Amino acid sequence: MVSQEVASLKDVWAHYDGVPALEGITFSIYKNDFLGIIGPNGGGKTTLLKIMLGLIKPTKGEIRILGDTPDKQRKFVGYIPQHSLFDRDFPASVWDVVLMGRLGHARRFKNYTDADREITLNALKTVGMLELKESQIGRLSGGQQQRVFLARALVTEPKLLLLDEPMASVDVALQTGLYELLERLTQRIAIVMVSHDIGAISIHVNKIACLNRKLFYHNSKEILPEELEETYKCPVQLIAHGVPHRVLKKHQ
Amino acid sequence: MIEALQYEFMRNALIAAMLASVACGIVGVYVVVKRIVFISGGIAHAAFGGIGLGYFLGINPVLGVLPFGIASALTIGLVSKRTKLPEDAAIGILWATGMALGVIFISLTPGYAPDLFGYLFGSILTVPLSDIILMLVLDLVIILVIFLLYKEFLSLSFDEEFATVVGVPAQRLYLLLLCLIALTVVVLIRVVGIILVITLLTIPAAISKQFTHSLKKMMFLSVLFSAAFTTCGLWLSYSLDLPSGATIVLVSGICFLISLFIRRFSVAVFR
Repeated sequence: MVSQEVASLKDVWAHYDGVPALEGITFSIYKNDFLGIIGPNGGGKTTLLKIMLGLIKPTKGEIRILGDTPDKQRKFVGYIPQHSLFDRDFPASVWDVVLMGRLGHARRFKNYTDADREITLNALKTVGMLELKESQIGRLSGGQQQRVFLARALVTEPKLLLLDEPMASVDVALQTGLYELLERLTQRIAIVMVSHDIGAISIHVNKIACLNRKLFYHNSKEILPEELEETYKCPVQLIAHGVPHRVLKKHQ
Repeated sequence: MIEALQYEFMRNALIAAMLASVACGIVGVYVVVKRIVFISGGIAHAAFGGIGLGYFLGINPVLGVLPFGIASALTIGLVSKRTKLPEDAAIGILWATGMALGVIFISLTPGYAPDLFGYLFGSILTVPLSDIILMLVLDLVIILVIFLLYKEFLSLSFDEEFATVVGVPAQRLYLLLLCLIALTVVVLIRVVGIILVITLLTIPAAISKQFTHSLKKMMFLSVLFSAAFTTCGLWLSYSLDLPSGATIVLVSGICFLISLFIRRFSVAVFR
């Protein structure tokens, strides 16, 4: 059975003030994919995610999310930004913030339904933040906030989940649990995770790509060492994950 | 104070103060949590052009502020969202241009402009019944809009990008919020005047923000605080024969300082 295509990009270009940030990006994401995209800072990772969300318009190329344009399909896309720029004193509880994820499903002019509250409760349980649901969001640690934002993305019931450096402020002990959660999710949806840190791409991703304005991707978990070097512009030690024996490539 | 209420102008002033408290208590919370105090200041000052327009057309100047305020709210919102002009520059330009238009309109109006000072600094003791009715209608509009779009406005204030991502029309909501601020300016003009409007839009909300982290409670508290400040200011200005608008502003400012001390003290005690 051919897996369902969730998103596709064809020759997508993006520019900031005439300077290209993405050059001719072409790839597809399918259901059950857990795609890790690595690349250096300024390589266009966040731009790529924002283009897939329809927050930034590409200067050229075509993007399809579940067969339509990104801004029409937003309610099927979950997103965890790298930095949430909110006021630390903002008067909202953890519960309020996660419930906001239901806005795309809730009816305009109406209050949230019991079903919305049920889904919110379950998502808070899943990320282990239920006990803190009455806390003010700004009082939490960075890692706790990140888990709240993960819950907020989960309650949107996405078919595609986009994560921008999601583990940056999460304790290593918690990371494993969250990765396992994400891996379970890929039974139903597709996940794209970007990170500048090669080590952050764990054994849990099942596909990998490199991005530095251009994208190197073979719809698999293999990356050629030359491509990694092209991406990072320096020799890189490559450790293959997820295989019984670890392979350490030598410097050429 | 009780004997002062025998006078109709005092009763009207008190009603106007209560109506103003509702508008600035509710909308002021968004102004403070979304950090758009200076956009609101810009809208308020630009609305002076509407006062001038009112004089020029020979209508109630407050009625001139309504369309003018909404036009400046939409202009400032669209310029800051759709162009690369920095928001603070857009605010500064609109702020001064609106006021300049007002001055030109007034100078073009034959004769001398009565009560001009009252529109700039408030004249709650001379508020006519027609203005009270207008304030009541605008209050109802504000309450209705916030009631219907509460959850959308909460997400817009918290994280505009995420609101967009989940499909909330963030830009249109933001423009609507700025229009609500313009309506609030109209409600507040008679109480504290255009120059001082920004006080009632910020101080009550800023005080309540220190004591709760629920947006709904914050609105409730802000309305109560503004009602207390306006009543207290009104009474002081009546008994000490001081200008009402400025007295209300000073009472609010002093209470804000006191709230800072209470906050520090209570934090020290509860730790």
